[in-house]
Amino acid sequence: MPKSSAFQARVDVAEGRLSLAGDCRAADLGTLEAALREWAGAGSRSVDLSAAGGFDIGPAWLLRRAMADAATAPAVSGPLPAHFAYLDEMLDGASARTADIAPRPRQPAGLVRLGRALEVRGESWYEALTYGGKLISTAGSAWRSWKHLRIPSVVRHAYETGYQAVPVVAVIAFLISVISAYISAQQLRPYGGEIYTVDIVALGVLRELGVLLTAIMVAGRTGSAYAAELGVMKLNDEVDALESMGINPYEVLVLPRVLGLIVVLPLLTIVADFMGLFGGAMLTRYLIDLPWPQFYMRLDEAIAPTTFWAGLVKAPVFGLLIGLTGTLRGLQVRESSRELGRLTTVAVVQSIFLVIFADALFAIFFLEIDF
Amino acid sequence: MASAAPAVIISVRDLVNRFGPQTVHDGVSFDVHAGEVFGIVGGSGSGKSVLLKTMLGLRKPDSGVVEVDGRDITCVSDRELREVKRRYGVTFQHGALFTSLTVTENVILPMVELLDLDEATLQSLAELRLRMVGLPVAAGAKFPAQLSGGMIKRAALARALALDPALLFLDEPTAGLDPIAAAAFDDLVLYLRRTLGLTVVMVTHDLDTLARTCDRVAVLVDGKVIVDTLPGIVRNEHPWIREYFHGARGRLMAAAGEGA
Repeated sequence: MPKSSAFQARVDVAEGRLSLAGDCRAADLGTLEAALREWAGAGSRSVDLSAAGGFDIGPAWLLRRAMADAATAPAVSGPLPAHFAYLDEMLDGASARTADIAPRPRQPAGLVRLGRALEVRGESWYEALTYGGKLISTAGSAWRSWKHLRIPSVVRHAYETGYQAVPVVAVIAFLISVISAYISAQQLRPYGGEIYTVDIVALGVLRELGVLLTAIMVAGRTGSAYAAELGVMKLNDEVDALESMGINPYEVLVLPRVLGLIVVLPLLTIVADFMGLFGGAMLTRYLIDLPWPQFYMRLDEAIAPTTFWAGLVKAPVFGLLIGLTGTLRGLQVRESSRELGRLTTVAVVQSIFLVIFADALFAIFFLEIDF
Repeated sequence: MASAAPAVIISVRDLVNRFGPQTVHDGVSFDVHAGEVFGIVGGSGSGKSVLLKTMLGLRKPDSGVVEVDGRDITCVSDRELREVKRRYGVTFQHGALFTSLTVTENVILPMVELLDLDEATLQSLAELRLRMVGLPVAAGAKFPAQLSGGMIKRAALARALALDPALLFLDEPTAGLDPIAAAAFDDLVLYLRRTLGLTVVMVTHDLDTLARTCDRVAVLVDGKVIVDTLPGIVRNEHPWIREYFHGARGRLMAAAGEGA
């Protein structure tokens, strides 16, 4: 290790002379850069290296380039950095200038950007459709035997996405129903109609809130997990490995996850419905002094036989949408960790959007058929 | 051993690393001299990666001393450790390039983080590093996923060289490369060592790389280390080392042992 001395760079603007002293290490690049810029402004006529020590290769490169960029070759006093020989050897035959770096592509014009965005949109819809098609055909062939349905795998995903989500779904349903019951009771009190709080809570929870909140919770918990799991497998070439073994990744990775969600979401919805009604009963019990038996009687009158089913039939559809979105986005991950983050986000946002959109369609449909 | 006393750049003394009941390193001691290419070999699970991590200061050993430039990195402040880390460059087995950044962005990342330079200078320095490792300048705009295995290794080396390190750690630099690309990588390492005076520590299983580049070799076996010049190691009578160098794949190495 040579003895190091502090690096100094001085520029004599009038003479156009650059004087360097001491060892120039990578850490001194900033100082050197500033001096070189000033030197170039002063015409870069001569360079004094008589007091200079050792150069790291980065600083040597910058100095060499600055000297090559000068209009006339600057006069040099003192020995040139030892690395110049290496740089000459490296650049042998190649241009010393940086001009041959390809320029950055220009931003395309507005209309072109719009067109490209539309194209990307279209491709994404096409991809989603083919994905659904592949999954249906896989499901069709998987039905034929127990082995291909991969029941253990389905059960594992059902356990992870369902059983483990019970506490959070239960608490959310309970709280939301308490809140809506509280607001309803407040609004109905001036009219003496507090008893209708039961109707509002029962209808709201059973038809909409129970299933919708459950689906949104599951989209956040499981949609992201599916996308991240499959995305990392994709980045590690695990999906390609499965395919190379002649194993259908849709059958092994996608179908069990989607089936798991289709099975689990109705079950979670039942939990949410129960907890919602329980929350409503608690609140009416303490806020408007409605005893449990009367709550139950009022509940019996308020809901039709179909109310519960009107909520529950939506659950498998929501499960399908969440499962499809999460797995599709996961399998779309390519190349980089940023893609993984982006597509995981997209999976959650889109599955929540699709769930709410589907819920709106269901509402219109049920209205039309008077369900 | 070497005749003149060479400068010691890394000194490992009585290193012990344990994972639960399993002792990976049981008193490992060796020196790495300035300007040499130092190879580390050992069977799977013999603790090569753990040793490398310990030397990089990424893992604290259970006991023992690791001195880099005379500073014990097992008990220095975080600030001092950062200073030591600036002195070395590392390439990891699978490149460990940041997949969301282009090659150029990968190469300039250490400079952007640690130095205050303007964009044109950074681009120019990135070009230097790419040229140094023999990558076409156009490869700078590509993402790691668009590169071949050999190019990833080179790009990783370009990033490791970004801050002009005096010390280079290479983890399996030629694993997964075809013999031509591996030979080119060996040449590159030797060339950089010769022209820049780098000290190189490499973990490798590639017997050809070992024979062509390494001045001295450390063999990790039974939790201990045996350090010698390559011919000395090849002649060693330890059963595992005999198997390693004289097994079906090591016959070429026997010639190296007899030639010396």
